[in-house]
Amino acid sequence: MTDAETIGGFTLGPLVHRGGMAVLREATHPDQAGPLLVKLPLLAEGEDPAAIVSFEMEQMIMPRLSGPHVPRCFGTGHEPKPWLAMERIEGVSLLPLLDRLPIPAEQVAAIGAAIADALESLHRQGVVHLDIKPANILRRADGTMVLIDFGLSHHAQLPDLMAEEFSLPYGSAPYMAPEQVMGVRGDPASDIFALGAMMYAFVTGITPFGDPQHLRAMKRRLWWDPPPPRARQADCPPWLQEAILRCLEPSPARRHPSASQLAFDLRHPDGIALTARAEKLRRDPWTARIRRRFNPDHAPRLRRAIAVLQENAPIVLVALDLDAMSDSMAATLCRVVGQVAATIPGARVACVNVLRTRRVLPDAGLDDAGRNKHIQRLIALRHWSAPLGLPEQRLTHHVLEEIDVAEAVLGYAAHNRVDHIIIGARDDSLARRMLGSVAARVARDAPCSVTVVRARGHGPTNEAGDDRAPGVA
Amino acid sequence: MRIALLADVHANLEALEACLADAALRDVGRLVFLGDLVGYGADPMAVLDRVRGLMGQGALALRGNHDEGALRGPEGFSSDAADAIRWTAARLDAPARALLDALPMTLAEEDRLYTHADASHPAAWHYVTDAAGARRSLAGTQARLVFCGHTHDPLLFGLHANGHIASHRPPGGVAMPLLASRRWLGVIGSVGQPRDGNPAACYGLLDTTANTCAWLRVPYDIATAAAKIEGAGLPQRLADRLFQGL
Repeated sequence: MTDAETIGGFTLGPLVHRGGMAVLREATHPDQAGPLLVKLPLLAEGEDPAAIVSFEMEQMIMPRLSGPHVPRCFGTGHEPKPWLAMERIEGVSLLPLLDRLPIPAEQVAAIGAAIADALESLHRQGVVHLDIKPANILRRADGTMVLIDFGLSHHAQLPDLMAEEFSLPYGSAPYMAPEQVMGVRGDPASDIFALGAMMYAFVTGITPFGDPQHLRAMKRRLWWDPPPPRARQADCPPWLQEAILRCLEPSPARRHPSASQLAFDLRHPDGIALTARAEKLRRDPWTARIRRRFNPDHAPRLRRAIAVLQENAPIVLVALDLDAMSDSMAATLCRVVGQVAATIPGARVACVNVLRTRRVLPDAGLDDAGRNKHIQRLIALRHWSAPLGLPEQRLTHHVLEEIDVAEAVLGYAAHNRVDHIIIGARDDSLARRMLGSVAARVARDAPCSVTVVRARGHGPTNEAGDDRAPGVA
Repeated sequence: MRIALLADVHANLEALEACLADAALRDVGRLVFLGDLVGYGADPMAVLDRVRGLMGQGALALRGNHDEGALRGPEGFSSDAADAIRWTAARLDAPARALLDALPMTLAEEDRLYTHADASHPAAWHYVTDAAGARRSLAGTQARLVFCGHTHDPLLFGLHANGHIASHRPPGGVAMPLLASRRWLGVIGSVGQPRDGNPAACYGLLDTTANTCAWLRVPYDIATAAAKIEGAGLPQRLADRLFQGL
């Protein structure tokens, strides 16, 4: 027997945190350089069988997660008692933030977008967190948000031990989505609701639904709308209220179709389509609330097919070369984008044009001519996209001012978690042969799928590979 | 070690060969046949010859109700199944019958138990289709892991010492963690006649080091297997269902 307490090859250090269901202890391992934590469930005192099962869920889920938004898992085991070893994140949780509320809208949007990035990463791995709250989010030094505590989470492919064994919903009452209150697990939109409730608290200083302790009181959020953020905080801009209240829609299907679309909105407030939500200054009249409560037609639809949700809500970037685009290319691009948008109702389309600038500092004072050009480009983008007939919340327009077009498109796609880039091939020209086309560079270096569109069908040029002469049937 | 679990081959040589070829690419150290080598399909002799060869190299094989039906006549079979088993019995030679007759009802290996149906009463051929059935089956054995077939429908059950049991339909190709905190019962889908709506052959891949089990789906030449069933004069429905996986 040595002096140091060890488990699974990890040497245990001092207690770091004692939660309701488990303790965290500092740990070291000869093969791992960084600071580590070992999590041990509180089994002896566990009158609550959920503690055991939620620890099992974490043991299944954590080793299967990857990326910067979750702590890296270094192993799990059961001897002599259940344990889980993970990376110790250098950063603090968002709990201290609650002492400084309310915070300005721009800051709320920036934090909200960073959390949405983390949710998107988790949802793409088939996991819904189901306990998103300030205590479960850590911020790394570079601002990256890290999600912790997957004891209540749902994995799309693994057995859901929590669902099987407990009829009461587990989660945190102030942030829990209504469908979760009703026992639906596995909808990524539940995390979006929780993030909306957090942003509501950040901007107003008050949680939207309080902290009800009983199921009946928690169910009120199905029909009871909280006061709009602007009623509690006059400084809250309409666009932020729009984003928050959309997150808090009782029906999951009415919220943002994906966390990355929410992040996109929070990073582009000008592009948010404002609806009646944005203008609301008081709660719905009590008659409306009562009607919602007792009229089945107003009951939110809480269950939906969610297996393919992530694939069904892509952000599609259309790169438009307004300077050199032929009419036939414009029409072909419009047709291709229209087909994608029609096939995937959750898709949103970002129309992007790069205004090439020689300035190294693009923000160094736009002169009138520059501003004018920017506006002209936006008008041209809107003119191009009009035939798509897409509603405002599925369509945005962006003029980027950059030196290098391909670099601009690639940077925008990476920053905004774009899923699919659609770009026109440059017409055959001396420039393409000398410099290589923008489309080729984008296709080579993009972090996502790329469709390169070529206008065909008329004109004398006969592309290689098409051996029929034009006009011959 | 990686162990391939092959249930309900049902004389489908094309499906069996496809699964064996897939397993060969995955560093499999042992094959376990979870019963019902014959019945329904048109290649009982070829399948038994193949399995005999594999058993010579260390493969294990369990007895299924169709294997028994081929020896003693159909008992409690549907009419298609009874027709097929009578057709099968007429085509087995003495060595084939001897092979079937020697198949055990259960086999235990380390912390695992292999059987064809409900482990608590193997000779009764009860189906394990729900948590209650899984609980009964696990109660009949000490093994931490129990693997069976018989239903042609992939399922996984995890029983905690505190009595809670979880049921799960494992998606194809995903390694399911078999946490040490539970006992697990894996119902492996069918190699030769899948019935879960997916016509691809199904077999289980148990990884005893990683402590996981995956239900793998393997495409195979259904048209040939179905044509052989038709050519043999077996019930048409037994050929048609292979295409639908029903």
